[in-house]
Amino acid sequence: MTLPLTPSQTVGPYFAIGLARRTENQLVPSGSEGAIVLEGHVMDADGAPVPDAMVEIWQADASGAYDGAFGWGRSGTDAEGFYSFSTVKPGSVDGQAPHLSMLVFMRGLLKAVLTRVYFADEEESNAADPVLGGLPEDSRRLLVATGDGGVYRFDVRMQGENETPFFTL
Amino acid sequence: MIDPGTRLPSIADEDRAPSGDPPYLFPDYRSTPSRSPRNPLLILPRTLSETTGPAFGESAVEPDDADLTSQHAGDPLGERIVVSGRVVDDRGHPVRNTLVEIWQANAAGRYAHQVDQHPAPLDPNFTGAGRCLTDEDGHYRFVTIKPGAYPWGNHPNAWRPQHIHFSLFGRAFTERLVTQMYFPGDPLLEFDPIYHSIREEKARHLLISSFDWETTTPDWALGYRFDIVLGGRTATPTEAD
Repeated sequence: MTLPLTPSQTVGPYFAIGLARRTENQLVPSGSEGAIVLEGHVMDADGAPVPDAMVEIWQADASGAYDGAFGWGRSGTDAEGFYSFSTVKPGSVDGQAPHLSMLVFMRGLLKAVLTRVYFADEEESNAADPVLGGLPEDSRRLLVATGDGGVYRFDVRMQGENETPFFTL
Repeated sequence: MIDPGTRLPSIADEDRAPSGDPPYLFPDYRSTPSRSPRNPLLILPRTLSETTGPAFGESAVEPDDADLTSQHAGDPLGERIVVSGRVVDDRGHPVRNTLVEIWQANAAGRYAHQVDQHPAPLDPNFTGAGRCLTDEDGHYRFVTIKPGAYPWGNHPNAWRPQHIHFSLFGRAFTERLVTQMYFPGDPLLEFDPIYHSIREEKARHLLISSFDWETTTPDWALGYRFDIVLGGRTATPTEAD
């Protein structure tokens, strides 16, 4: 017998008061050695920017280890629906291709959506990844951030033809 | 671990159980139609990425963060309250040292946020944001003022019931929860589409705090208790999990 979980509710339009008080999108100082930029836009069903979303990431460090103290970040979106992180590219975890977990919250979303971000310049490990490989072939690209080396782009589309694949456990 | 090339199973959002979570699409809440995903959700295997999460230490909180009435030069207007409770997992074990973040309107129902322009006064002595870590037994405690109800544009004469927003992390990133705490006896709950997006009445009631004599402090503040249960937000019940 387990206890019922506390249900989710929307983050609403005013979360910045409580959740954007600190700068939390710099997992490592931007421009530092090994730093990458992960950035993109959050868009609604009509492709319009979502200016009041909150994007959170969770990732392993460059060696592929999760240690708790490193790996979490949070970015709001601006008027153009744009978010940005300074972080490092995660190493491979348990034989999976390098990836980050991402949660997106916004007004109008009654519970967060969960997705994963892979990297376009990891073709070989992406091809062997069990999660990416578990998607229909034509939607795999929707989980892959484009770019190489320094700056990666990953857009989140809530709905529509190129709806981002979202996960549950 | 599944083999590459094996399709991940998927589940339609409306078929998800046992969580009392609301669906993504709930048209009575008018912002949901254009912001809700429509494809079935893919069911992720539980790898380390799903079973780990950030750990926050004392550096995440400052001394005044848990007392929203002491963050400015003067006392905020409104009814001073103590909001406390226990964060546990679905087996009742305490979730220790987890970050709890709250935000809320002031006593007049106005948020200290530039988007909120409705004609109620701001309070120079109230920001409405707090943070704390749970203790060894999963307890948290905030001192604040009771937030006011406020109008919103969802439908004619729409008013949000009094509420405090809560954000929690738990032990894994997949246990992350953002929710809202309501107050007992609020007549607006019956008419609120956000509250009613949770389909089961029993699950909705989990978001209503209870008036609490134990934390009510004589001549100073009323106490409200809000306990929170965190767990992996699973698609289907799993045996002995």
